[in-house]
Amino acid sequence: MSLLHLAIISPLILAIFIPSLHKRAPKIHTGWFLLPLPVLLFGYFLSFLPGVINGEAAMETLSWIPSLGIDFSARVDGLGLLFALLITGIGALVVLYSIYYLSKEKEKLNQFYVYLLLFIGAMLGVVLSDNLIVLYAFWELTSFSSFLLIGYWNYRERSRYGAQKSMLITVFGGFSMLGGIVLLYLMTGTFSVSETIAMAGEIVGHDLFIAVLLCILLGAFTKSAQFPFHIWLPDAMEAPTPVSAYLHSATMVKAGIYLVARLTPVFAYEGLWIWLVAGFGIITLFWGSFSAVKHTDLKGILAYSTVSQLGLIMSLLGLGAAALHYPEFENGFYTVAITAAVFHLLNHATFKGSLFMMVGIVDHETGTRDIRNLGGLMTIMPITFTIAVIGSFSMAGLPPFNGFLSKEMFFTGMLRAQEIGFFNMDTLGILFPIIAWVASVFTFLYSMIIVFKTFTGKFQPEKLKVQKPHEAPIGMLISPIILVSLVVIIGFFPNIVSPLIEAVMASILPTLLAAGMEFDVHIYHWHGFESPELWMTIGVVIAGILLYKFMPRWTGIYTRMPERFSLNSAYDHGLAGIQTGANRFTNAYMTDSIRTYLIYIFAFFVLILGATLITKNAFALDLANVAEIHAFEVVLVVIIAVGSVSILFAKSRMTTIILLGAVGYAISLFYAIFRAPDLALTQLVIETISVALFLLAFYRLPKKWHHERMKFKVSNAIISVGVGLIVTLIALSAHSSKAFESISQYYVENTYTKAAGENMVNVILVDFRSFDTLFEIAVLGIAALGVFTFIKLRMSRGKEQG
Amino acid sequence: MKTNNVILETATRILLFIILVFAIDIFFAGHYYPGGGFIGGLIFAGALVLLLITYDIKTVAKFLPFNYLVVIAVGLLFAVGTGIGGLLFGKAFLTHWFTYVDFPILGKLSLHTAVLFDIGVVLVVIGTAMAIIQTIGESD
Repeated sequence: MSLLHLAIISPLILAIFIPSLHKRAPKIHTGWFLLPLPVLLFGYFLSFLPGVINGEAAMETLSWIPSLGIDFSARVDGLGLLFALLITGIGALVVLYSIYYLSKEKEKLNQFYVYLLLFIGAMLGVVLSDNLIVLYAFWELTSFSSFLLIGYWNYRERSRYGAQKSMLITVFGGFSMLGGIVLLYLMTGTFSVSETIAMAGEIVGHDLFIAVLLCILLGAFTKSAQFPFHIWLPDAMEAPTPVSAYLHSATMVKAGIYLVARLTPVFAYEGLWIWLVAGFGIITLFWGSFSAVKHTDLKGILAYSTVSQLGLIMSLLGLGAAALHYPEFENGFYTVAITAAVFHLLNHATFKGSLFMMVGIVDHETGTRDIRNLGGLMTIMPITFTIAVIGSFSMAGLPPFNGFLSKEMFFTGMLRAQEIGFFNMDTLGILFPIIAWVASVFTFLYSMIIVFKTFTGKFQPEKLKVQKPHEAPIGMLISPIILVSLVVIIGFFPNIVSPLIEAVMASILPTLLAAGMEFDVHIYHWHGFESPELWMTIGVVIAGILLYKFMPRWTGIYTRMPERFSLNSAYDHGLAGIQTGANRFTNAYMTDSIRTYLIYIFAFFVLILGATLITKNAFALDLANVAEIHAFEVVLVVIIAVGSVSILFAKSRMTTIILLGAVGYAISLFYAIFRAPDLALTQLVIETISVALFLLAFYRLPKKWHHERMKFKVSNAIISVGVGLIVTLIALSAHSSKAFESISQYYVENTYTKAAGENMVNVILVDFRSFDTLFEIAVLGIAALGVFTFIKLRMSRGKEQG
Repeated sequence: MKTNNVILETATRILLFIILVFAIDIFFAGHYYPGGGFIGGLIFAGALVLLLITYDIKTVAKFLPFNYLVVIAVGLLFAVGTGIGGLLFGKAFLTHWFTYVDFPILGKLSLHTAVLFDIGVVLVVIGTAMAIIQTIGESD
């Protein structure tokens, strides 16, 4: 096991020790034991940076199930490294924040940190794994640990609801992704991501290609909360705020982004991929930002804002994939969308993490997150206010913060969409910049709401649960301060991250690079007055300010759409509908009546065999091999037929039993004339015994029993006639199509010489095939024991009667 | 008032042994003529049922003090034991062995381990039939 593997699973290993550490050292906050690990890992992953920037990818393989082609191979390239740095870096900050956020006395810290470590390990596994099956395994572990973290306060009903919802949706996507992975394996014969990418050109035309694409995208969209699967994310806000900050803004929701970016080289040659990724991204962007405005809960706003920003990144990835269609094109014209996506991914993690922590501080210090109750906190919590301003302005895309830069590049990417000359991009592509601009106006709007509704206006202490709110302790402020510092630093000096972005782009668009070439990313603040992006940003600000000023006048549109048409209620009703539907369906066919079940069984029997007979054209009638019919046989057949039919019309049960006995004895006569003396003897005795047992049962019937003829039912008649007909047809066909000679000749020849007997039947029973007999007598013994236990051990019924 | 069953009882005394001899004959003849373990056991059980009809369960239990579930177990042991015998001699499970021996009075006979297996069958059949009939008869 290499150091890299150890680094990936080290959080899982530490998770084993957390409960005992928590127990041994109850005075120390358990989070302190955790903190060194992500810091160390961050340092470790930083050591890969020089190599990755030079275009070298570290690769370590560990055999897991080699016979199935499943190896735990870890690969650190630009994309993986960016995510690994985000996971460990923000992980460390979140752990530090959680130490001050979660109370040592009130919370079950051992559980919380075990879940969190599971999540960190799983997330590192997802982004660094080069094997799709291993990636899937870690992918589900992120879903699972996220489920546990959302439901951390499991005594709350909403937490359980949110956890279940996120579990159902992400696991639904996860399964679909597994299906995609397996189909992909069928096409390529390998689970390795890098080998699959190398084979990308060969599989484009394959029949399964579109199916794989859809399956994988479904996985990515559910995980990354894309429309219409975004509904789990706002409900996941019931989790503790450090969890929301970490999972639901910086890391887990970007797993889908990672997957799309990772597999872009495989699928981007297909126009559908570009349209789906870009289309769903832009819809998510608009819907998320539009929905965020109506919320009054700060975390609700941030949740929808996350949804919308994820949509932004997704749509950029989709449009950037078009770059692969222009290998000879001027470097950077279309790839700017990918640059923007990667850059915004990084920026979003910084400002969204800080905003969540800010909201956590406000919640912690005032007791509420509702913007209707908050206000005027600016002077009380100046540091928190500063964090909120920087984070929100960056999110809104205002200079000089990093959000401005990625927003400008976003507009650039969107504007270039319509210049892509294929897949109808030249005509429908005009929609992209328009929707993007409108969504940015709403983004601006909710960013302003977060800052100004919370921190300015009138201070309303009577509405707060905490009587005297004050600034948070410094420990809680360190993490958001570090994050907003990054926001500012990247904002002013964006080119310090450009080598990393170049490396990431090299792993998203590997085929564009000739040997020794590198992407050349330079991020500028100033595009000049002639660039349309600047005017779009100015337009966003003006429109946003206008909308903010006149908010009460137009927010009525949110109430226009009734709640029951929302996606959430569709989900709720769908879930309830599945349950009631399944319940109704089961109740409809599970009638508890043995009669109904027999109808199913026999009807199925008739249908399946009849259909086989007809479709396989299997019916055959061959009279060449038929023996002569004697008068004696005709008489016996008539007796049996008359007896059987009379049973159906008999009024008394006694008559039925006698008739059944008569049929049985007639059959033993048949055995006699067909020269089976052993069978005839046994049949006679057994028939006698069973008739006696029937009579026994008959005399035990309750006294009030009415003698009634069996009721006639058409369905029963049809099915029974059908069964009889089918069996007859099959018997005739089987007899008519004998494929080979019987093996009975062997027994005839060897009964005396090998088994010293002359009664062939008995020799077969006790010698040639005595193994069957052994178990038949075992069956008899079990039957006897069964009768004995049924009759002797009637304890409960005896007590009831007694 | 107890009915007098003297004719039935007398007839039973004679018939019982005829039936038993017939059952044993059917059983032993099974390897050469129609018959064998199943039918022999059933006829044997039939003789015992005749006893049950003539007398009552307690009387029969007094001079045939068998637990018929044990009889079933012994029968199964016979059958399985015969099979394991084959294994002991390095053959497959349930491999039978036979030889011809000249007995002083009976003449040339074959000895066959299949008979041991058939004894198992007979015991299980007798045990099963009697266990079922007795338990049902005793229950009320």
